[in-house]
Amino acid sequence: MNVYRADLHIHSVLSPCGDLEMSPRRIVARAVEMGLDIIAVTDHNHTGHARLTRRLGEKHGIWVVYGAEVNTREEVHCLTFFDTNQQLEDFQMQLERYLPMVPNDPHLFGDQVIVDEDEHILSEIRHSLYPGLSLGISDMTGLVHELGGLFVPAHVDRPMNGLYIQLGLFPDGLEVDAVEISRNTDPAGIRKQHSELESYRLLRNSDAHYPEHIGRAYNMMSMKAKTFSEFTLALHGKEGRMVKEK
Amino acid sequence: MNLKQIADELGLKILNEEVDLEREVTGGYVSDLLSDVMGHAREGELWITLQSHINVVAIASLKDLAGIVLVKGILPDSLMLEKAREEGIPVLATTRTTFQTTGLIYKMMES
Repeated sequence: MNVYRADLHIHSVLSPCGDLEMSPRRIVARAVEMGLDIIAVTDHNHTGHARLTRRLGEKHGIWVVYGAEVNTREEVHCLTFFDTNQQLEDFQMQLERYLPMVPNDPHLFGDQVIVDEDEHILSEIRHSLYPGLSLGISDMTGLVHELGGLFVPAHVDRPMNGLYIQLGLFPDGLEVDAVEISRNTDPAGIRKQHSELESYRLLRNSDAHYPEHIGRAYNMMSMKAKTFSEFTLALHGKEGRMVKEK
Repeated sequence: MNLKQIADELGLKILNEEVDLEREVTGGYVSDLLSDVMGHAREGELWITLQSHINVVAIASLKDLAGIVLVKGILPDSLMLEKAREEGIPVLATTRTTFQTTGLIYKMMES
């Protein structure tokens, strides 16, 4: 079994709130510097930088999990993870289907651009990636799982867009693969407060919007190899794979 | 009816100076879901909410709302207030609940 360092919540320049410095190239370079083995670029409601980041990561031995941070109808932020190009494409289509078309104002919310390997701007997303999708959290878990992806409510204890503040309590029967808590939250402490979290592996990630924040939190994941099936087992804590709690 | 009249009548505390309180308030919108406001509030309306986040100001500015009323004694953080100054969005506060605040403003506007 190998232990990998994984930072699974990073915003690129495509997220309105992501710094202009957050190109896939810069993200991968910083991940190398920080000694990370696995990263995920999780932009708000969009997967536009996933493939390029994976390609760049491969050159440095970093495995890039495909993903996005979706905003559900209830405005709960949730991480989603995918494996294949086909899944990514299908999921992107669904995101576009459910995202309300409100024009973005870069001055108010920030730029939303897709860049290439050399950090040249290829395109700008004109509608805002900020609003909640017109799909509730339960239906969203269904959609993600149907496509073969993984679903992880993000920073559940955060005072804005966290699951607990938006929904009051953990919905009965909500099928999640793991739960992310804020990077400074103590896993034992939050489990005492919310006993339902006993059943899940808890992740802590950087939620980086600036290069210097990448890797300020990460997970130690015990897996046999950097593959999606091993990653899934680790999130589920099965067959000896796990997310170690420091 | 303008914001100053509403603020005076309800005793709302004005949290940022140098904003336009004379502007006509055309109606109100009550929601704590930011994307709901982004999608459905209309220009000139007064937004009553318990959310105090910098994005509240961004959305009020995007939708050209008349102002923001924070309820239940909730106060904005410094980032939100700074953004409100920049954008010229009036931010007002009350210790009343959303229900009471909305009811009183509605009554004023209807009479």
